[in-house]
Amino acid sequence: MATVEVAAQPEGTARLWRRMRRGDGLAALAFASPWIVGFLWFQLYPIVASLYYSFTSYNLLRPPIFVGLNNFRNLFTHDPLFLKALQNTAIFTLISVPLDLAVALLFALLLNRNIPGRSMFRAIFYFPAIIPSVATGILWILILNTQGGLVNVLMQKIGLPALPWLTSPQWAMPALILLSLWNIGPVVVIFLAGLQDVPRVLYEAAQLDGAGPIELVRRVTIPMISPVIIFNLVIGLIAALQTFALPFVLFANKQDASSIGGPLNSALMYSVQLYSVAFQQYRMGYAAAMAWVLSVIIFTLSLFALRVSGRFVHYD
Amino acid sequence: MAQTASKTVDQPTASAERLAVGSRRAGLTDVVGRAVPLIFTLFFAALFLLPLYWMVVTSLKALDEVFADPLVWWPARLVWENYPQALAQFPFVRYFANTATIAIPVAIGTSLSSALVAYAFSRLRWRGRDAVFYLILGTLMIPNWVTLVPLYILFNKMDWLNTYKPLIVPAFFGDPFSIFLLRQFFLRQPQELVDAARVDGASHARVFFQIILPLSKPALAVVALFAFINSWTDFFNPLIYLSDPDKYTLQVGLFNFFGLHVVNWPGFMAAAVVILAPIAILFVLAQRAFIEGITFTGLRG
Repeated sequence: MATVEVAAQPEGTARLWRRMRRGDGLAALAFASPWIVGFLWFQLYPIVASLYYSFTSYNLLRPPIFVGLNNFRNLFTHDPLFLKALQNTAIFTLISVPLDLAVALLFALLLNRNIPGRSMFRAIFYFPAIIPSVATGILWILILNTQGGLVNVLMQKIGLPALPWLTSPQWAMPALILLSLWNIGPVVVIFLAGLQDVPRVLYEAAQLDGAGPIELVRRVTIPMISPVIIFNLVIGLIAALQTFALPFVLFANKQDASSIGGPLNSALMYSVQLYSVAFQQYRMGYAAAMAWVLSVIIFTLSLFALRVSGRFVHYD
Repeated sequence: MAQTASKTVDQPTASAERLAVGSRRAGLTDVVGRAVPLIFTLFFAALFLLPLYWMVVTSLKALDEVFADPLVWWPARLVWENYPQALAQFPFVRYFANTATIAIPVAIGTSLSSALVAYAFSRLRWRGRDAVFYLILGTLMIPNWVTLVPLYILFNKMDWLNTYKPLIVPAFFGDPFSIFLLRQFFLRQPQELVDAARVDGASHARVFFQIILPLSKPALAVVALFAFINSWTDFFNPLIYLSDPDKYTLQVGLFNFFGLHVVNWPGFMAAAVVILAPIAILFVLAQRAFIEGITFTGLRG
């Protein structure tokens, strides 16, 4: 973050008004007003309201009824779908985030060599991430079709068995995790930019000391880009825990609106379940409670990642 | 932003080259050192492109070629009729117009409002500026789900459900990422320009509209582009806020077309190709801005 010059203001000015007139206080208030209004309207009010709703039972038709901690208690004791969604989301996050980071770093390392047409390759890796998830989801249903789908036919060609990717409880989650790899483009681009900032003298010094290519990556590259790794890790965690569109398109059954989690709910994600509670069942209080549980998980994990990383991350 | 993109990055190989001058064995290593990453990259790139190829080629297949084994890599006859047929069942023009009706104001609103706010956090001096700026960045950490339920309830009370207002209006109140990106850009404009104009008696509004905005066209374009693409490809918000099929966006329309019609893979893929086309064209035209925008927001965060 660039350091910015803060105007020196005398301490202890009595009135806010006078303080504001000095400096650019009034102009700042005017210029920042869109954000201030937006913050109050679309952030602060909803956060407070959602905390309130999480202690109520509310179906939009009748006024909210205060139910104390019942929503939270029911979530963890009487709601197998919630627990299933929580478990699935944890598995998805714990596997897909490290996998995506590792593959994205590999791609970035490849692109960081002086490969001809590098910006073209970078664009190819990036593009899938901006394809609308509905199109992506429908495309994957086609490609992962058990009978005659592209992936299975290719797998059989090299002697592997055809798998019921999206239709069996064993394979729905692995499929979802593998599919997340197609969207790593932005992570690759951020890694690549980080790699370009590593001073080349470090590599030369390490090579003079006899380091091989793998040691160069382990002892120079990774420590030098560790802030970028942590950035991608935290962003990746937050996104993975809220994954909605792809699992929803892949597994929501139009003929049966209650079936949204894939075979035996094996790929029921937290956000999909939350969507169902809020916008199919209109249990707004219960949904607000679910949203708060998710937020607490996200905050805790992000803080944990930042705290742990503080120990070994290299900052310039 | 520009210098990261144009910098050549070949440190390991280049230094290996330098260390290995004159040795024939090292020359061979160097060729291998160049070829191996290229081969791997080509392989992965082909893998990444394969689904897209499959989408396009399936849209031109006859029905019995879709799941044929051996795979049909190129249809016996290109069935162009799949396109008009799919578009006849799918009100493409209406959904396209609906989506544009949302995405264009969102792009304008996001860039304009974020630029105003970014000006307050870069070119104006006031107490607590940096603390408030960190608060803006902090709001990025708030999961959308927390605000969603109360906003839905609020929009319901305001009679905004099944209108485009919940999808458009929030864009006019500044987006944290865009504010951040524009602030960094504004900070790079020479302060002397602003100071000179102020000494000449120009108001901050004049400085903003006549000096800062014209100088910031590239950054504004990046912000507008991201806002446009995000709005164009958004599935979730139109899904929850729009219930009248006549008001659907392309994404929600495609989702329903897929679920409610007889399975017609060439038709689905034709619809998907048509929906993807504007984004693909925009991406090819503005590829550099995309990558630089991502790099910029990502790294300096």
